[in-house]
Amino acid sequence: MAGVVGIIFSNIHDKNVSELTRRRTMASVPFGCRYRLIDFTLSNLVNSGITHVGVVTHYNYQSLMDHIGTGKDWDLARSSGGIKILPPYITAFANAQNSLYSTRLEAMKSMIEFISSCKEEYVLLSDCDVICNIDLSEMINAHITSGADMTIAVKRMYITHDVRNVEIVESDADGVITDISEANGIVTGYRDINLNITVLHRTYLVNLIMDAVAHGYDSFTKDIVAKNLDNCDYRVYRYDNYFAGINSLTDYYMCNMDLLSSSARDSLFNVKNRPIYTKIRNSSPTVYEEGSSVKNSLIADGCVIHGTVENSILFRGVKVGKNTVIKNSILMQDTLIGENVSLNCVITDKDVVIRDGRTLSGHETKPFYIDKLTVV
Amino acid sequence: MIKKKECVAMLLAGGQGSRLYLLTQRVAKPAVSFGSKYRIIDFTLSNCINSGIDTVGVLTQYQPLALNEYIGNGQPWDLDRTYGGVMVLPPYQGQKRAEWYKGTANAIYQNLHFLDKYAPDYVVVLSGDHIYKMDYSAMVDFHKRMGAACTIAVIDVPLSEASRFGIMNTDENMQIYEFQEKPKEPKSTKASMGVYVFSKEELYKYLIADEADENSDNDFGKNIIPAMLEAGEKLFAYPFKGYWKDVGTISSLWEANMDLLGDRPALNLNNGSWRIFARHSSNPPHFLGYGAKVENSLLTGGCEIYGTVINSVLSGGVKVAKGAVVKDSVIMKDCVISENAIVEYSIMDSDTVVGVNAKVGQAKDEDKGITLVGSGLNIKPGTVIGGGETVDEAFLEKLENGKEEA
Repeated sequence: MAGVVGIIFSNIHDKNVSELTRRRTMASVPFGCRYRLIDFTLSNLVNSGITHVGVVTHYNYQSLMDHIGTGKDWDLARSSGGIKILPPYITAFANAQNSLYSTRLEAMKSMIEFISSCKEEYVLLSDCDVICNIDLSEMINAHITSGADMTIAVKRMYITHDVRNVEIVESDADGVITDISEANGIVTGYRDINLNITVLHRTYLVNLIMDAVAHGYDSFTKDIVAKNLDNCDYRVYRYDNYFAGINSLTDYYMCNMDLLSSSARDSLFNVKNRPIYTKIRNSSPTVYEEGSSVKNSLIADGCVIHGTVENSILFRGVKVGKNTVIKNSILMQDTLIGENVSLNCVITDKDVVIRDGRTLSGHETKPFYIDKLTVV
Repeated sequence: MIKKKECVAMLLAGGQGSRLYLLTQRVAKPAVSFGSKYRIIDFTLSNCINSGIDTVGVLTQYQPLALNEYIGNGQPWDLDRTYGGVMVLPPYQGQKRAEWYKGTANAIYQNLHFLDKYAPDYVVVLSGDHIYKMDYSAMVDFHKRMGAACTIAVIDVPLSEASRFGIMNTDENMQIYEFQEKPKEPKSTKASMGVYVFSKEELYKYLIADEADENSDNDFGKNIIPAMLEAGEKLFAYPFKGYWKDVGTISSLWEANMDLLGDRPALNLNNGSWRIFARHSSNPPHFLGYGAKVENSLLTGGCEIYGTVINSVLSGGVKVAKGAVVKDSVIMKDCVISENAIVEYSIMDSDTVVGVNAKVGQAKDEDKGITLVGSGLNIKPGTVIGGGETVDEAFLEKLENGKEEA
């Protein structure tokens, strides 16, 4: 897909899991033993042949830069194209009008120079927290064939009363979008939800942005998409495979636990020719010691396990001491668990230390989160 | 313009490794899998970069395809450099002649022009078939301090085993006065590790002289070192303490893999200060199901375990189904052990499928030896393969025919 440039929004939805994004972007939230959320979007782009990617950042993006590095682990360290981190744009001698953006559209206004300077004919906009393995080239081809002004990826999902922070897309039999609105707790049942992956012509996008600047708009969906539905041809692209969206810490917990089912793993990780790439850490293999007992768990490299682990997700470099029992928990990178510890429904962030003999428990509807570098 | 490198490493990776039989049928020994997620050559390459040597020539000859592909541009080891880095040096056709590498010394001789490019003061000669973690820079320092022409790393071996090695006899200052290749009655226990540091002038001088001698085998151990000793050059032994293993045979390869296991493994890979780098596949994390029982073993990405794994080292993507047992074994990548199959005391090369209820190998205690299973085989359900066998296509065919006749 030489004709497509990808743009990823790295801070979108940060507020959904404020615990995890206090020190990082949504894009660099750890997920599934060895990944960061952005790995799925980046891998989808690369696997679809898109090799020019801009990552829009806003704040807290050090961990993201550390994760992406030169982009070599996604084959995005290129002389032409490749991955570019687009830091927030503030002019020198900033006056009161210069404020950091908080929406997709505001971000794009600051990216206008990058978008204008690209040579590609099409732009693919994607959020950083779209956990799925999608063939974007198919979506782009569908967009080109249909001749639509804009194509938005949707997935049919069951909406309950307490679902928030998702957009419901209504469309007619031809896939032309007729309405787009935010979930409000009243509309329930099977609905198409917006995956926030959008394809459109690059010059068309530039026009939309310039128009938005002129009118002082700030929401891409509300001010542009929704207002133009009557006179523009915006269509849906239906994606049917596994998708997980993270709208709260409980969601985050459940989405990780989803990976314990082989069907979720197969549709996310074991798709032919479409691997999910991540930063290489050169961890050693995981060591299972005499007396260890691990069941129904997903484990990354670099762990050393003496105790018992059940229904849990262990990230790279986690150590589990003797006579320790860990159940229904998520232990992020380099968590150190001592001996005779008991954990249930706990999420430990990076570099947490749990001393010998501690007992901690949350509930699966309200997992107990322990912040980075905490010693318990 | 010549930009100087003080130290350049030459890594001998051309040997066939014939004592690894099936494992080296299609790949050179340095490219054989080891320790769940590594290849043998990762240890030497990682030692180089961890020692600050960023220019490495890898001399290949036998079955170089997999090795070339694996090394690539050297990026996993940080050896992708604008100047220097890792370079694969196969035999080539020159203006006057074209020939294979005749021996270890000849391989370096044919690549002297490669060394010329970097004008090194010291050349470190390594072999790509040993498992160890060693700081070469400390050895180069020792070499400089002693004012040696050549320094050879030695490791203390039990006297009973000394006759299997090249033995260095030294005075109290570690200066070598005699070298014995596999002596019947060893005088010392200082075994050569196949790690040499040469001062450039002397290396060039003796390589050129050796090449002129038609009767020479062009080998470092057989020819170069004895010639240097005879001429009265200063040769020193550099004592190395730590883990070192030649994985040239099936049993030593098995042992070295097992040395990674246990609470205090003989060789600890989980050490941030001396990391072993490797080229990684993009396998997802590994999964252990409800019926899994894994003890004293190493696992890595892509493994899916529903059965029992004990005292074993599994590479990426290995599947062990419900009721299956893997014990005392080394299983290389993407093998499938089907339901209720048993694999004991075996080394299994990649992509082999062991059918339902099949039994491969015999318990370690029964002393029948290690069963070696080749790559890409399909072992049919219910097949029984005894201990110490070497299993390839022909073996399976014969087994099948035997069954029909019976």
